[in-house]
Amino acid sequence: MFQNLKNAVIAAAMAGIIIAPVFGLQILRRGMETYLQPEWDYILGGMAIIFVFQLLRPLLARRKRAGESRWRLPAISDKGRQRAIMVLVLFALVWPFFTGRAQVDIATLVLIYVMLGLGLNIVVGFAGLLDLGFVGFYAVGAYTYALLYHWAGWGFWEALPLAGLMSAFFGFILGFPVLRLRGDYLAIVTLGFGEIIRLMLINLYGLTGGPDGISGIPKPSFFGYQLVRRSTDGSPTFHEMMGWTFSSQDVVIYLYLMALCLALVTLFVSSRVIRMPIGRAWEALREDEIACRSLGLNPTTIKLSAFTMGAMFAGFGGAFFAARQGLVNPESFTFIESALILAIVVLGGMGSQVGVILAAILLTVVPEIAREFAEYRMLIFGLVMVVMMIWRPQGLLPVKRPHVELES
Amino acid sequence: MSDLIPLLTQQLFNGLSLGAIYALIAIGYTMVYGIIGMINFAHGEIYMIGAYVGLVTLSAIGVNSGLPLPLIILLMLLVAILVTAVYGFAVEKIAYAPLRGSPRLVPLISAIGMSIFLQNWVATGQGARDMAVPSLIGGSLELTLGGSGFTVTAPYSRIMIIVVTVLLMIGLSLFIKYSRTGQASRACSQDLHMANLLGIDTNRIISFTFVIGAMLAAVGGVLIALAIGKLNPFIGFIAGIKAFTAAVLGGIGSIPGAMLGGVLLGLAETFAAAFISSQYKDIVAFLLLVFILLFRPTGLLGKPEVEKV
Repeated sequence: MFQNLKNAVIAAAMAGIIIAPVFGLQILRRGMETYLQPEWDYILGGMAIIFVFQLLRPLLARRKRAGESRWRLPAISDKGRQRAIMVLVLFALVWPFFTGRAQVDIATLVLIYVMLGLGLNIVVGFAGLLDLGFVGFYAVGAYTYALLYHWAGWGFWEALPLAGLMSAFFGFILGFPVLRLRGDYLAIVTLGFGEIIRLMLINLYGLTGGPDGISGIPKPSFFGYQLVRRSTDGSPTFHEMMGWTFSSQDVVIYLYLMALCLALVTLFVSSRVIRMPIGRAWEALREDEIACRSLGLNPTTIKLSAFTMGAMFAGFGGAFFAARQGLVNPESFTFIESALILAIVVLGGMGSQVGVILAAILLTVVPEIAREFAEYRMLIFGLVMVVMMIWRPQGLLPVKRPHVELES
Repeated sequence: MSDLIPLLTQQLFNGLSLGAIYALIAIGYTMVYGIIGMINFAHGEIYMIGAYVGLVTLSAIGVNSGLPLPLIILLMLLVAILVTAVYGFAVEKIAYAPLRGSPRLVPLISAIGMSIFLQNWVATGQGARDMAVPSLIGGSLELTLGGSGFTVTAPYSRIMIIVVTVLLMIGLSLFIKYSRTGQASRACSQDLHMANLLGIDTNRIISFTFVIGAMLAAVGGVLIALAIGKLNPFIGFIAGIKAFTAAVLGGIGSIPGAMLGGVLLGLAETFAAAFISSQYKDIVAFLLLVFILLFRPTGLLGKPEVEKV
């Protein structure tokens, strides 16, 4: 008990030292002079919380050990799962017609993150390659469409496959030399690539518009019919063809439905691929690279395929992002964005597609609801990543795979 | 020709002072990697926090307090070292210690989370804007070289960076070589389990490594804040990555390697900025990182890592 108290006192003193220079003594300027404004309640409050926490921690740890259980995805039969997916898709299709514009807009954003999360899930979750530069491929996709529109006047649908291809190509070129690196080195190199792509976008002023980016990117058309109030080239617009009056709500819903389509395609492809031999090889490689090599699998080819495919989905997501946003600039493709997508995959449970979708919804919707805490958003976000790794490194909804384990 | 030598000397000086900062931060990466084999992604933030603590101390003393200048700087450094030592210790205990023995990617993700947290911790507490640091050490040493009258400018604040760094490096090398803790930490970096079996308190050594790394980074932070005259909560990210590049360049796990790598990276960057384009200097650092990892992952002074089954 005494030892416990001593620890708590030391922890509280440390908390004081940690809080004091950042929150406790705020640097303010008055004219030419800087002075400090002490905030004693922050310091003392923080110290008190840490003191009590440290004092109670041994008790909590004992309690936790007693009732340890891990919640996993319940096993559903294939038929049941198909039915559940059908119901969910139907709901997602019908839902936007009965709600407000802002909600649909957020839902579109969620779907972009679902797409990106599923793409990164292939790389990180299935193949076990930590990619911290994923946003680079997202940027390549977005800029491919933006540049094709800006310089050649291409529409969204012509540019979409090319955006995917271009990102996949970048993934291939960048992945080829680095994939023989070990896990954490790979992470740092991919981070470097992501930053290089962003810095190039800023510095190639003549081509990409530098920090200002490219604006005025048109929204996707519907089989050649534009979704705008007045057509730009004289062809009939969508609402004229249907005989409706133009409403911007329709455009938002249309974008949402398109994002839904893209996300469903991503989901479908990635859940099929994981059942194919190449998908099995990804997972095998993640579990044990040396065993894979001795069974005759070529690690480089397998890793490269995962890397390229993940990059391709990022490219599709990027092109759609450019179309929805109407403008792209390098600001949208910083490391934090990579970290956010990674957090979606990690929070959801690496390799778990349902988990990724759930996490994308959580990480996009919660900050929108808790707008008064917007200031603390990234603070909490970083904390959640640490806490997740300690508390549940396997994620919220880890996948249950059929496996056999030798008793040792 | 007569212009080239002074220009080179100027860039050499700039590169050395920048490289000294990278070297100070890189030590933290390399020591931690040498012992527990993880990239402490949050290390760059410790450097940033060190700079902030220095500024807070300076504001507490007041610029016109009448204290002698060396004393003020010494106080700033001491307080920054003390506070970041606590930060380094706490970060390790909170974010990494519970994850010991888990797969490699788990502590790395936790470290990224910690890095984001610390950045925003300072951004929330002290504001995300740029903050001016009063320039304590004005003036510079000017040398006229060559016939054309080109002068090489060496600000005293940057000379101080080089001098302090060299002193600290000598001190650290002696400490690691001769003190009991230093010997124990070398034993740990050779074989953590064996060291543990031989009665070394490895948890204490790991904490010690984090604390030493944090202290050196804090010194770097305070010195650079004084030399550049401004700081914001996001300077740690890029500096951290570059310092990591320096550590890899020198051979990760090797302390002399980190010093060498830091200086080389600083030189590469300033020469790239001077002779190619200053906009591409960050790209140079990243490209360097990629190429070293591709062609010589063990770095200049590192030893090859053998993969055991």
